[in-house]
Amino acid sequence: MDQVLQQKPLTFKDYKSDYKPVWCPGCGDFSVLAAITKALAELQIPREDCAVVSGIGCSSRIPAYTSVYGIHAIHGRALAAATGLKVARPELTVIATGGDGDGFSIGGNHFLHACRRNVDMTYVVMDNEVYGMTKGQASPTTASDWEGSKLTPHGTGVSPFNPLSIALSAGASFVARGFAGDPNGSAKLIAQAMQHKGFSFVQILSPCVTFRPEQTEWKKIVRKGEIEGGHSLAQAMSFLATDDGFATGILYETQRPVYAPEMSEKQGLADIEASFEL
Amino acid sequence: MTSKTVSIAITGAGGAGVMTAGQMLLDAAAKAGLYGLMTRSSGPQIRGGEAAAFIRLSSDPIDCPDDYFDVLFCFDWMNVDRFAAELPLRTDSVIIGDEAAKNPPEMITASVARQVMVPLSEAAKEIEGGRPNMIGLGMLGELAGVPLDALQAILEKVLKRKGQAALDASIAGVEKGMQVATDLESKIGIDLHLERKENQQTRWSLTGNEAAGMGALRGGVRFCAAYPITPATEVLEWLAPNLEKVGGTLVQAEDELASVNMIIGGSFGGVPSITATAGPGLALMTEALGLAVSAEIPIVVIDVMRGGPSTGIPTKSEQSDLNIALHGLHGDAPHIVTAAQSISDCLFTTQWTVHLAEALQTAGIVLSDQSLGQSRNIIDKPADLAFVAKREVVEAGVEDYKRYALSDSGVSPMAIPGTPGGEYVADGLETAENARPSSSAEDHYAQLDKRQRKLSQFDYGQHWAEIEGEGELAVVTFGSVTAPVREAIQRLESEGQKIKMISMRLLSPALPDKMDEALVGVKKLLVVEQTHSKQFYRYLRSEFDLPKDTTVLAKPGPLPFRPGEIVNTLKELG
Repeated sequence: MDQVLQQKPLTFKDYKSDYKPVWCPGCGDFSVLAAITKALAELQIPREDCAVVSGIGCSSRIPAYTSVYGIHAIHGRALAAATGLKVARPELTVIATGGDGDGFSIGGNHFLHACRRNVDMTYVVMDNEVYGMTKGQASPTTASDWEGSKLTPHGTGVSPFNPLSIALSAGASFVARGFAGDPNGSAKLIAQAMQHKGFSFVQILSPCVTFRPEQTEWKKIVRKGEIEGGHSLAQAMSFLATDDGFATGILYETQRPVYAPEMSEKQGLADIEASFEL
Repeated sequence: MTSKTVSIAITGAGGAGVMTAGQMLLDAAAKAGLYGLMTRSSGPQIRGGEAAAFIRLSSDPIDCPDDYFDVLFCFDWMNVDRFAAELPLRTDSVIIGDEAAKNPPEMITASVARQVMVPLSEAAKEIEGGRPNMIGLGMLGELAGVPLDALQAILEKVLKRKGQAALDASIAGVEKGMQVATDLESKIGIDLHLERKENQQTRWSLTGNEAAGMGALRGGVRFCAAYPITPATEVLEWLAPNLEKVGGTLVQAEDELASVNMIIGGSFGGVPSITATAGPGLALMTEALGLAVSAEIPIVVIDVMRGGPSTGIPTKSEQSDLNIALHGLHGDAPHIVTAAQSISDCLFTTQWTVHLAEALQTAGIVLSDQSLGQSRNIIDKPADLAFVAKREVVEAGVEDYKRYALSDSGVSPMAIPGTPGGEYVADGLETAENARPSSSAEDHYAQLDKRQRKLSQFDYGQHWAEIEGEGELAVVTFGSVTAPVREAIQRLESEGQKIKMISMRLLSPALPDKMDEALVGVKKLLVVEQTHSKQFYRYLRSEFDLPKDTTVLAKPGPLPFRPGEIVNTLKELG
């Protein structure tokens, strides 16, 4: 048999499950789901060799809507579970997904250390500056004067978390921002992030039309491809100093050692046991 | 233990070489054909301050402290009174101190034991680079009948990296110490010599924490994520280089929450995974343990218990994490809880728990404690055990895969990433059989039943408990308290009394039928545990039918149970 079976290329639809998302109509996360599946199709990642790992929240429901392996874990711990999976199984493609509350509040410590650790995986955060699943409380990225939450009726009075700036400071080797209203642009950013060797972080502005209806205006405000960062940390930091949060593109990309312990058997158990002998 | 044993306490200021001398004495004794146990004590700080090594030597295997010390050997009097409660002495005990050290504290001068001063520092000065702890080592070796060649072999093993000069000075010190002791033997008036038996079997010298690490490796663990915490750190420090040797790895995580979630990720990837922690860390891990139970991802957490609550007494032992290990998880979350009964059993129990967690696709907690984890024991090399990680998995090309299929056994084959056709999402949400999130009552009941069923139906064989002896009077215990209970029963047996011991290795799931069987003919029961609030007794009462005549001997840490106090309680019970 010299005939080689030609497999049809996978399309983004092949990466979607037939499960209907629980998101509200108009939610930006639909578009991010499309962007992730398009990126997987662009890179033709075999479905069985990919896993999407999330924590808790609206956007953390993403794994169920894909047809790859996945873990829908507990609140804030997506990066930890994803790290364990990737380190134990380095040949897999691992994507962590979630929202601003999950990633930057309860999961803030893991975010810092994932940036430092530089495991070769991609983290996509759908940022809508609100806790949607618990019906509209302030998140770490919410402006301090937003009075829309019953929990903080006078605003939070707290400076918002700046994900890109913190990622840079913590040592992330790939940092980008996309917009849900630009699914093709986001798909391209996610694919570039996945091709990056090391920890890649993509913030995607993803409007919550239910609890932050004013975010429907984002499509008028967001400026595609305007981020100018590149390979210079100084330039990336300098860009953020005057950034209004609505420019998109790759802010920073660099190569540094990837955390990937070599795992090959060097000794048998008997050799180890011999060390207990006197 | 009916054979003769010798108990020696060594104390001194931090840096005096107490622990080094203690461990060398223990290992040399083993080399010479003895068995022994060394527990260690220090204040709440890990480094600096005063330190004490408690050694018990015997011709036969031994794994718990005696009621009294025969010898208290003090390099100096630095804060020795802080150990007063840990240093029971009697009239024929002897306190040996350095002539050069000034003013023994009242604890020593008021002691019932005799006091003998020896020229420790002076003898050390006669040797270039000589140290009092080596003089002491030689003296104690001579008194206990540990010959020079055994001491020399251990010195060579330990000191080879420090160079020939250091080794020579140490050997000279030990020889000098042995000479000093020859004069001393008549003065102390007690014979500490032990009968040495030829080495029949290979002997191991190891701590409970090392044994637990070895059990994990033997069980097939190849991934660990870790955050250091006393007294569990040595499990992790031992695993880091040794996992690497067998093709696994250890990640130092940013906190306990990361550790346990990382091992959930590693195990989801098909690699048997473990972490180790102590009380405060276990508290942080309980939410993720629930995820492992719900998503049926096998993981094992070794909990090396210490005094609690909160930061408690980090360097001292207690069994009071029992409640959180059994009941800490929210929701109905059946999981495995086991308890190691001795230092060597840390190996068996960890290996067995890895096997159980993998076979049953659930979370397992191994309870060890400070007294097991940080103590060193001389044991016969344990036999190879058949327990290895064996997970039911699906092969490639499976159709209509149902991750959480309601199988009779309750175990459903797991798809490991990389397996085409098995793609599914492991979820902390309740799911239907096909792994889709579901909030239907029907799915919830079915999955709750399945997760309980697989644990309740499993055949745990005889390993659920160690059951020894016969009698209408029985003792139920678990964990490190097993050894003093066993010795207490042996002492009473030599006086003609018959007592049964039931030491539970599998605490959860509870197996009431097995306990009923074990309690047949038992009229009186004593429960022995190292907690204040009788956690174990309360658990037993909630799960098993106990005899009406049941009493409890519960004592919190940090003082260890000694066989004598259990003997006294058993005698009162008749």
